[in-house]
Amino acid sequence: MNTPKNLLYTKDHEWARVEGKTAYIGITDYAQHSLGDITFVDMPKKAQALKQSTYCATVESVKAASDVYAPFSGTVLSVNETLSSHPELVNQSPYEKGYFFTMELSDEAEKKNLMDASGYEHYLEGIAE
Amino acid sequence: MSYIPHTPEDIKQMLGVIGVTGIDELFKDIPAGLRPRSFDIPAGKSEAEVTRHLCRLAAKNATHLVNFVGAGFYDHFIPAAVDAIVNRPEFYTAYTPYQPECSQGWLQAIYEYQTVICELTGLDVSNASLYDGGTALYEALMMAVRLTGRNKIIVDSGVNLIYRTMLYTYTKNLSIEFVEIPVVHGQSSRTEFGKHLDEKAAAVILQNPNFFGAVDDYSDVVEQVHKFGALAIGSFYPVSLGKLKSPGEMGFDIATGEGQSLGIPLSFGGPYLGFMSAKKELVRQMPGRIVGATVDSEGKRGFVLTLQTREQHIRREKATSNICSNEALCALRAAVFASLLGREGLKELAEHNYQKAEFAKEELSRISGVEVKRSSPTFNEFTVQLPHHADEVVYRMIDKGFACGFPLGRYYKGMDNYLLIAVTEKRTKEDILGLAGSLEAVL
Amino acid sequence: MKLIFEQHKEGRRGFTYEKADVPDAKPLAKKYCRKYDTNLSSVSELDVVRHYTNLSRLNFSVDTNFYPLGSCTMKYNPKFTERVASFDGFSQLHPLLPQLSGGGMLAQGALEVLYEAEKLLAEITGMAAFTTQPLAGAHGELTGAMLIAAYHKDKGARRKYVIVPDSSHGTNPASAAIAGYQVIVIPTGRDGYMDLNEYKNKLSTETAAVMLTCPDTLGIFNPHIKEIADMAHEAGALMYYDGANLNALLGKARPGDIGFDVVHINLHKTFATPHGGGGPGAGPVGVSGHLVDFLPIPRVIRRSDGTYALDYHSHKSIGYIAPFYGNFGVILKAYAYMLRLGKEGLIKAAEAAVLNANYCRARLKEHYDQTFDKACMHECVFSAARQVKNGVHALDIAKYLIDKGYHPPTVYFPMIVKEALMIEPTETESKETLDGFIDVMIEIARLAQSDPSAITRAPLNTPVKRLDETKAAREPNLRWKP
Repeated sequence: MNTPKNLLYTKDHEWARVEGKTAYIGITDYAQHSLGDITFVDMPKKAQALKQSTYCATVESVKAASDVYAPFSGTVLSVNETLSSHPELVNQSPYEKGYFFTMELSDEAEKKNLMDASGYEHYLEGIAE
Repeated sequence: MSYIPHTPEDIKQMLGVIGVTGIDELFKDIPAGLRPRSFDIPAGKSEAEVTRHLCRLAAKNATHLVNFVGAGFYDHFIPAAVDAIVNRPEFYTAYTPYQPECSQGWLQAIYEYQTVICELTGLDVSNASLYDGGTALYEALMMAVRLTGRNKIIVDSGVNLIYRTMLYTYTKNLSIEFVEIPVVHGQSSRTEFGKHLDEKAAAVILQNPNFFGAVDDYSDVVEQVHKFGALAIGSFYPVSLGKLKSPGEMGFDIATGEGQSLGIPLSFGGPYLGFMSAKKELVRQMPGRIVGATVDSEGKRGFVLTLQTREQHIRREKATSNICSNEALCALRAAVFASLLGREGLKELAEHNYQKAEFAKEELSRISGVEVKRSSPTFNEFTVQLPHHADEVVYRMIDKGFACGFPLGRYYKGMDNYLLIAVTEKRTKEDILGLAGSLEAVL
Repeated sequence: MKLIFEQHKEGRRGFTYEKADVPDAKPLAKKYCRKYDTNLSSVSELDVVRHYTNLSRLNFSVDTNFYPLGSCTMKYNPKFTERVASFDGFSQLHPLLPQLSGGGMLAQGALEVLYEAEKLLAEITGMAAFTTQPLAGAHGELTGAMLIAAYHKDKGARRKYVIVPDSSHGTNPASAAIAGYQVIVIPTGRDGYMDLNEYKNKLSTETAAVMLTCPDTLGIFNPHIKEIADMAHEAGALMYYDGANLNALLGKARPGDIGFDVVHINLHKTFATPHGGGGPGAGPVGVSGHLVDFLPIPRVIRRSDGTYALDYHSHKSIGYIAPFYGNFGVILKAYAYMLRLGKEGLIKAAEAAVLNANYCRARLKEHYDQTFDKACMHECVFSAARQVKNGVHALDIAKYLIDKGYHPPTVYFPMIVKEALMIEPTETESKETLDGFIDVMIEIARLAQSDPSAITRAPLNTPVKRLDETKAAREPNLRWKP
């Protein structure tokens, strides 16, 4: 599994790329792999207020639907519209073209609740056992 | 024993393989204290005995009456080919097509049914069927509540009372606010709609033709509904759509209805067919099964159940509906019926219904004391005002061999003298003249 | 195969109506008429008959193939019930006739069918009364959830939660949720039963009901069932019985005696009415004495003079849940089936169903893993976990079975079993049929070790090969377009 070093991760397999007060959000390589071919992503709305660890999106494959939880509290800045016609980008490029949305963080201190790459890798090893 | 093929020798061998000495041992997990306190069921009967018994019961039901009762459920002719197809066991003894490679016949038939419903209603997408017209309307209401995040529903009182009552029953424990719009001169009151439409409304629910048989063009209401960001939901009579403006042409977001008129027998209230079609952007909120076309590993066209993440077997408590079994065999009836009639046959059927009802209106209006309500046009059903209580007239007409209509006083206050009369293509000129003659005689 | 719409030929007709025998009426104003014709096909009657007959031949069905689809009870559907339901006295009967003044006497036979069917179902399940209105199993569940809500409301309480085990049918939590309840899911313990400690922790005075299937979806009779029911009742909650698996218990145990308060029955499972390619079914609901007042209206009653009538007088009723009296045609077939089998026949049905399932289990258990190694009731659940190690999944096994002419078992359910294969043979299948199926299953287990690709490339003998379900979901094509 690919776990880029510059990202933060949640136990629910979301990733966040924080740049100052804003962040890109998506699901991890592990998540896309376990779901299989992604067929649809139900996105939050632009300007929607999010609360850390609460529901913000749904990602679907043919036989499963999985809830996505907001890695941080804050506001949705933009959503990745390309995914509505090309959900396969989540499979092909989970950390780049397949990101879900960008958001503004309301409390940067919440970052401490997420794992870094090595912490997440360790967490995945735990699941495998 | 009937239908069980095991010989004593089979049973002995099977018990041996299982490693028990008797069948009772297989039930040992059920504690003695939980065995039936009683099981007082009569002894079994032969096929001939049961058939004879049910033949006797069937004979106790009146089938001799000339039928002018509709009220949402209509006596249409069913071509023999419809029965021939649905009686094929490869259709009726199969189950939901979970395994597409051995269910292509069913899947394609449902895809064709979905196309028929889309064509009739002029909308983009249809599901594979719901239980009946009332539950279809309820499911549409729930779609609107989810889509808009609002909870006010405006219902026209020209919608079948049975359906309105079902909506209230189903939503009793949810916080949904209903507003009923009165019918004025047989039609929906635009002024009343104007008073209640606002940003809190999730949907407006209408019916065409309405319960009194009145035909309307709801384009103006639908336009208003959309201005407030609400959804326009309608209940439609599919046979009428061979002639009347389609829900799609009027701008409706969701069309539902009772599909019984499409080749399904009256059968004392069921099984019937709930249909639903909608604009394509609403498809992910639709309830129930949906069939889609795709290709197989060799690029050949095939069909599968699709968009299943909406459904209960995957999404459980977050599903768009709890429906599992639907009315597939009735949907097949509708598809075969529509295919037999085709574009021209459907127009012809609708036209015959209209013409015969118009003729009946003319004939009945000649009777002194009978007033045919003409404030709005009708399709194949209309309202007449009688000089006496309609119940009494209906009672006397049964003796004359006619089920002459549905007394509106049962559903609407102050309408005790009103009768709702349906005239389908099955009623001949003689039937209609007979109705008029007998009515004149009993008044 | 071509779609019926692709066989269209302008000018061809499949059905015509006789010339109208009434004079031309004044035309309807244009604004009420549709502007565009439909694109329904113009084809001949033979085109239609041949098309749908050929389509039918692409399906597996009970009459053509062994169909051990777990949880669905695909038993043989006796032909005489079809004939009975087609009698004019039943099929041509307008549902509003008994609601006309003096019309009650016009439908005495139909009302008797409903009344007697309710009585038989009540005795079979040990419940006080039934409604035949629910139109399918899930519709029965929703009706049951509404009855439960009405009961609690009447007692002045508004309870919030419904408890379901994680092995339940998806319809259970879905029905509870749309009735307005929050769902609490109890995990399955290591012993294969609902975790009792977790259940005790979650059960409270806020619990409206506990929904259970019995035997459960693993095909096992839960020995703690009485204890679970007693605890629920102590907390003031009601017990709901999902009747999908009732076939195993006919004459052996009754939900009412066990302590269930509300029961739905799938007539299209236990009572042999055909599944119709996904419906119509029927899901009558039975209740214990303290819930009778809440049943939907109208109720069918028998008067002292022996005639039958519809009764609308019930001020506590939840109201109308169907337009009339349920899927009458289906109830009629189930009634005919119950009369035909009688007491002994029903008991023998349960016995043979359980015998067949245990025979399959006994012959297959060396070849497939069982998550919980226990004697089963009417169905047995295996896991393809052992085969997955060689790349053969439950889905592959299903496809290979199709090639061999068997409808696959239910796969991937219950969700608590990895790679689940749920086999419900039913009582109407012979030892020879079971042996044929079991032999293929054993052959699959062997091939999974020696030549897995022989399984994973299946099916080869079907009208279409494996279909691209991802494409179907990503690019929905849900109707033909001209």
